[in-house]
Amino acid sequence: MSAARDQILGSVRKALGRDGPVDAGTAERLRAGIAAHARNIVPKRTDLDRPALLDLFQTMAQNVHATVARVARMDDVPAAVGDYLKGQNLPAQIVMAPDPTLDGADWGSQKLLEIRRGVPVESDPVSVTSAAAAVAETGTLIMNSGPDHPSTLNFLPETHIVVLPASRVAKSYEDIWDQLRGQMAERGGLLPRTVNMVTGPSRSGDIEQTLLLGAHGPRRLHIVLVGDGEET
Amino acid sequence: MYVSTSSAFKSNAARELKNADLQTALGKARGHFIDGRQTAVDRLPEFDALRDRGRDIKNHVIEHLDFYLETFEENVRKAGGHVHWARTAAEAQAIVLDICRSVGATSVNKGKSMISEECGINDALEANGIRAVETDLGEYIIQLRGEKPSHIIAPAVHVTRAQVETSFREAHTHLDPARNLDEPPTMLDEARGVLRKKYFEAEVGITGANFLVAETGTSIIVTNEGNGDLSQLLPKVHIALASIEKVVPTLEDTATLLRLLARSATGQEFSSYTTLSTGPRRAGDPDGPEQYHVVLLDNGRSAMLGTEFQDMLRCIRCGACMNHCPVYQSVGGHAYGWVYPGPMGAVLTPSLLGIAEGGQLPNASTFCGRCEEVCPVRIPLPKMMRHWRNHEHEAHLSPGGYRVGLGLWAFFARRPALYRLAAGLQARLMARLARQRGRFSSLPLAKGWTRYRDLPAPEGRTFQSLWAERRRGGGA
Repeated sequence: MSAARDQILGSVRKALGRDGPVDAGTAERLRAGIAAHARNIVPKRTDLDRPALLDLFQTMAQNVHATVARVARMDDVPAAVGDYLKGQNLPAQIVMAPDPTLDGADWGSQKLLEIRRGVPVESDPVSVTSAAAAVAETGTLIMNSGPDHPSTLNFLPETHIVVLPASRVAKSYEDIWDQLRGQMAERGGLLPRTVNMVTGPSRSGDIEQTLLLGAHGPRRLHIVLVGDGEET
Repeated sequence: MYVSTSSAFKSNAARELKNADLQTALGKARGHFIDGRQTAVDRLPEFDALRDRGRDIKNHVIEHLDFYLETFEENVRKAGGHVHWARTAAEAQAIVLDICRSVGATSVNKGKSMISEECGINDALEANGIRAVETDLGEYIIQLRGEKPSHIIAPAVHVTRAQVETSFREAHTHLDPARNLDEPPTMLDEARGVLRKKYFEAEVGITGANFLVAETGTSIIVTNEGNGDLSQLLPKVHIALASIEKVVPTLEDTATLLRLLARSATGQEFSSYTTLSTGPRRAGDPDGPEQYHVVLLDNGRSAMLGTEFQDMLRCIRCGACMNHCPVYQSVGGHAYGWVYPGPMGAVLTPSLLGIAEGGQLPNASTFCGRCEEVCPVRIPLPKMMRHWRNHEHEAHLSPGGYRVGLGLWAFFARRPALYRLAAGLQARLMARLARQRGRFSSLPLAKGWTRYRDLPAPEGRTFQSLWAERRRGGGA
């Protein structure tokens, strides 16, 4: 342990009127406080039934310049991706996350679509990933790093297409924390290395407060919301 | 090291008031953040309740800061990361340099970090032959211009688009000199292209941290551009710089503060990118940094604990106080002379640099109270500026004329009968001197006022005598 560490903790304790660490009882109480994971105020705007919650997610995402397309089944996703690329005049060339969620569709149906699975290189124009979850409260996508989801797919290509099964749309950030904690056992007691909470495409207001999309990350964020048995 | 000119606030401010480019830039920004924040607040009925909760969370952390720092450290280690403790800016520089040297780094990418500014990390790197590239668009612009940020979340708010164009033309000499560069979108595209190349060259990425989550050993950055993410994902090493008060107990507490941060800062419901980082790349991960370091900086903060400035440690660096401050909006951020401008800077700068250097800043306030009204964690900024003014007076640092005047006023204020008599005489005398004009265009001892505007003359009666008359039933 470094002298700097001892001195910083020492001066903190002295200023708080203690000679050493908090007493055993207090430490126990603070640890219990953490373990309780008590929710603070969660906004009521997500107290909705499922269809209304999905609508809220879509509205919030669109408010921050994401685009949303709804399809009924996973099988409809490749065509939706192909249509989007055509509509935006983008190359039919995608780098796709090696994510089993995306294997549920017949990508071979898109004859002109060139697909590579894995990490992106600088010249890749379009990425396609899934999202582990989403938050209706603010139209936020949750993307966890791992073997099936390179984090660079979320940032390097100019266009990011996210395939989101509707069942993964949660209400609040707190719902996401519960999910992540539930998965900690399979991750050695840890959160994923990177959790990206993505709300709309990249933007900057640094030149005279003018809103500009695509500062460093994607210029376009397109969400394909898949019914997955739920009403879309 | 960031050399402060805070003690020269008055002359800095006088200079900036005459700076036409600055005034143009401030004029364009004015209202933008205020309207945005209000709209976001109006959309969230729970906002004020969240502010109370945010204040309570931060107060709880501050009261048990050592416990949460140790918990955070333990959990970073469990995730395979490293925690370094820095008492001073110089120690933080040394830690960062050591890490850079250990991987033979020649180039470092930077996400936006005010702690990096406070510690002068870029200068330290450059002095040791390591290139530091700011990747946030605003930070990139001011790095090209050889300037410091003038705002904690909008570092180039003082720069006009014409100045951006000039800087880009000077710096990007490999591009066609005849290219069109009139509009912000083309400027952004150009910066994006130039910085893209640099992302892949750096061995180390340095970011700040908006929050450190004790329960999971996680650092969090909140950004809009995605530059911080590319800066930390692509290089071998990620270093997160954070001051000690950034620690938060749980993810639930973080959610509360996140709901306050973007709305207060830019008026967004949520920033584009909120990123949680826990340790280095895991087995099987296809990308991400191989090393993860957190540098915990004190640099004067522990000395604020237990003082009347302790509440300042709640600050989550949203910038709402400066966006709503009439003084900041008139003189801009550079006049404040150090890393942190506006009301939060006026409290923090004397706390961290000492009253001799920063003592001028708490005087740069009209005490309109807007900063406290909009603070997401309810920091009583005006009260703390008053504390600093008291300290300045007690330390005999305020100017002589001001002290004599204040002493005279205090003499009369403690003697109500004498005060009434003197004020009554003065009101009658001034009314007579002003005659019909009813105002003074010049007056001894009041040149600071009359140089710019007339001083209205008293009409012969004092407020106290009018009040007394009204109380006796002379009026409704």
